[in-house]
Amino acid sequence: MTEVLDRPVETPDHGHEQHHGPTGILKWLTTTDHKIIGLSYTVTSVMMLVIGGAFAELIRAQLTTPNGTLVSLAQYNELFTMHGSVMIYLFAGPFAFGGLANIIVPIQIGAPDMAFPRLNALSYWLYLMGSITMLSGFFTAGGAANFGWVGYAPLSSSINTPGAGADLWIGGLLLTGFSAIFTGVNLCATIFYLRAPGMTMFRMPIFTWNMLVTAILILLAFPVLTAGLIMLYADRHFGTHIYSVAGGGVPVLWQHIFWFWGHPEVYILALPFFGMATEIIPVFSKKPVFGYKGMIFATLSIAALSLGVWAHHMFTTGVVLLPFFSIMSLLIAVPTGIKIFNWIGTMWRGQIWFSTAMLMAIGFLLTFLIGGLTGIYLASPPLDFFTHDTYFVIAHFHSVVMALVLAGMGGLYYWGPKVTGYLLNERIGKIQFWFLFIGTQVFTLPLYLLGLRGMPRRMAVYPHDPQWKFLNDLSTVGAVLIGVSTLLFVVNIIVSWKKYPAGDNPWDGHTLEWFTTSPPPHHNFYRLPQIRSERPTWDHNHPEHKAVPHGKHAEVTP
Amino acid sequence: MPTFGASQGDSTSSRSVFHLWQGFSVLAAIIGGLVVALVVWAALRYRRRGDAIPAQYQYHIPLELLYTIVPILIVFGLFAATLVVENKELANPKTSVTIDVNAFQWGWKFSYPGTPVVVVGQTTQAPTMVMPSDTNVHINLTSTDVVHGFYVKAFNFSRYALPGVLNQFTIRAVKTGTFFGQCTQLCGLYHSLMFFHVKVVTPAQYQTWLSQNSSNAAVAAAAQSAQSQQSATYVPAKTTLSSGVK
Repeated sequence: MTEVLDRPVETPDHGHEQHHGPTGILKWLTTTDHKIIGLSYTVTSVMMLVIGGAFAELIRAQLTTPNGTLVSLAQYNELFTMHGSVMIYLFAGPFAFGGLANIIVPIQIGAPDMAFPRLNALSYWLYLMGSITMLSGFFTAGGAANFGWVGYAPLSSSINTPGAGADLWIGGLLLTGFSAIFTGVNLCATIFYLRAPGMTMFRMPIFTWNMLVTAILILLAFPVLTAGLIMLYADRHFGTHIYSVAGGGVPVLWQHIFWFWGHPEVYILALPFFGMATEIIPVFSKKPVFGYKGMIFATLSIAALSLGVWAHHMFTTGVVLLPFFSIMSLLIAVPTGIKIFNWIGTMWRGQIWFSTAMLMAIGFLLTFLIGGLTGIYLASPPLDFFTHDTYFVIAHFHSVVMALVLAGMGGLYYWGPKVTGYLLNERIGKIQFWFLFIGTQVFTLPLYLLGLRGMPRRMAVYPHDPQWKFLNDLSTVGAVLIGVSTLLFVVNIIVSWKKYPAGDNPWDGHTLEWFTTSPPPHHNFYRLPQIRSERPTWDHNHPEHKAVPHGKHAEVTP
Repeated sequence: MPTFGASQGDSTSSRSVFHLWQGFSVLAAIIGGLVVALVVWAALRYRRRGDAIPAQYQYHIPLELLYTIVPILIVFGLFAATLVVENKELANPKTSVTIDVNAFQWGWKFSYPGTPVVVVGQTTQAPTMVMPSDTNVHINLTSTDVVHGFYVKAFNFSRYALPGVLNQFTIRAVKTGTFFGQCTQLCGLYHSLMFFHVKVVTPAQYQTWLSQNSSNAAVAAAAQSAQSQQSATYVPAKTTLSSGVK
């Protein structure tokens, strides 16, 4: 009698593989396993979310009174600069393409690891060092960088902002930028070359598709930022005059370079989270993604358009061609709208299971709707002149990024069990969702009104208009609710620690990661199912419920 | 029509911007309302009622084309409306009144070319730019150091003051009164307090004000001395922070 395995082993090489290697801290330091690197990325970036969130709470606390004295004017400038920098550079991007994508993409396409495992490890260590470098500005005599997360020249020059904090900001951003570029290279190579047999491009899950497009955008955009930062550093220390008028330079060049990176960056941040929502919604609706190919073409057109819209951040400079950048920006609404209708179409006539992940995805959808619609206003130059640099803009992009946080939390609840082997407590998860969702709206909606009433961004005090206090206080209440939701997430991890075994496929998933064990073995798979659609695991588990091709609806309608 | 949180403002452009705002808002409300209704309906109507597996529909090409083409048409409509307002707002009509506005860390200088009149003030001193109503006022906006933002809420308008760039625009105020303005682009330590006022008076009052101040050499001299203090060594007294603005 032979030993009975709980799953058939078809590839003995891998099936009996025992991975011998270091354990503990040495394993963490030397690993090239994409799952462990991805987990390191995820944990580090969630820590950055907590740090950036703490800065946000301090900002909100300062603004509860018109003459806030919690922090000084100088400290306030450091706070919002580092809040934005930590959230954009050190949390949102690395969480998505370093964390979840690193773990999930190779498994979704049936690959044993990333294409360049050691480069992958290098990416993580560059990111960690970059994060520490940027944050260490707080420990220098002059404090951390204080010229806003966009670092506009010539405020960021050595004359206007001397001090090591600014240099550490540049250095930290360069390091994390390289980390992003290497991850982009790695994702492209992995997705192009390591797909399992049968996994054609149009059978890849939407999350993988979005990560491929994100990676291409990273490769197009980040080198520009890197060049811009090196020129900024040269201006500060080597006596060049690229951004200084006195030496014949052009300050607005920095804005062009920064936003040529910065607007694709918006989609570098957003597309992965769109992808997460597009994985979660079909699984919990028990239906395939509605309009799968339309979804992919929408992603591709968002990426293409995103390279031609950077100057909508610069309408009020008076030195850009307004109609071109206006129509390009407005057009992005079209593929984004397609995505929203496809998500609704996926839920339509489904059997929706309101797990925490699904609630988070629906919360993402509604919050992103608000951020998306208000973005359309900002694509119109006259309305941008009206609201530029006011809290309206702050409210707009916080609706967007909080939507991404909702989707990211959904991603953690959805894929966490795959990585750890254990589920999180659903009851606490749902309470966390309501705090996060309601908190987000209470936090952002008053900010729209504040902006329309003329409150500019980056104000440490507003002595001339105490009437802004009420809306600011309301927004602070929202920020506190969001803070509570983050604490609930930490509580949930502690409460659920190794308590609820997940099994291989707790959600009746569609894609390959739900075919392997939780957590997956060293090289991810003992065996693979036949891949004949973008839902190989579903097809394997429900062979009688394959997706209905277009034009065949009448034949299956009861 | 509802204001959707904005106000029509006190210049000709601010009113067309306000109407554009209303138009965008009506559409946003309709589309947003439709999407929210669909999401809520789908969530409630199709919540799980058993273990049956629903029909695995994936495509509906006519429907997908519909929600691709209709948004494209809407977008071009919005773009057309944008162009109309934008061209009106940025038109550069002939004018007899020009004001040179110079932004610096952390204050404003308003000079009236052809006259010796200069008004300078820093942070909460909030210097006042006097301009005539019902007249096209041409503004030449510059910056001496970093990027600043010239923003007057009552005009529903802002424009960067960029070092090395001459930014020009025209404002036609339709109402007299004193309006608050402030710097909107982060410009360093006292950015939060870089205030100014715009005082719109009748054309006759404007002429009187201009001639009185032109003859008042002391004003000009005082302005000059204040201007020479423009360097970053100026630090407003701590008390200005709490005393606020009149």
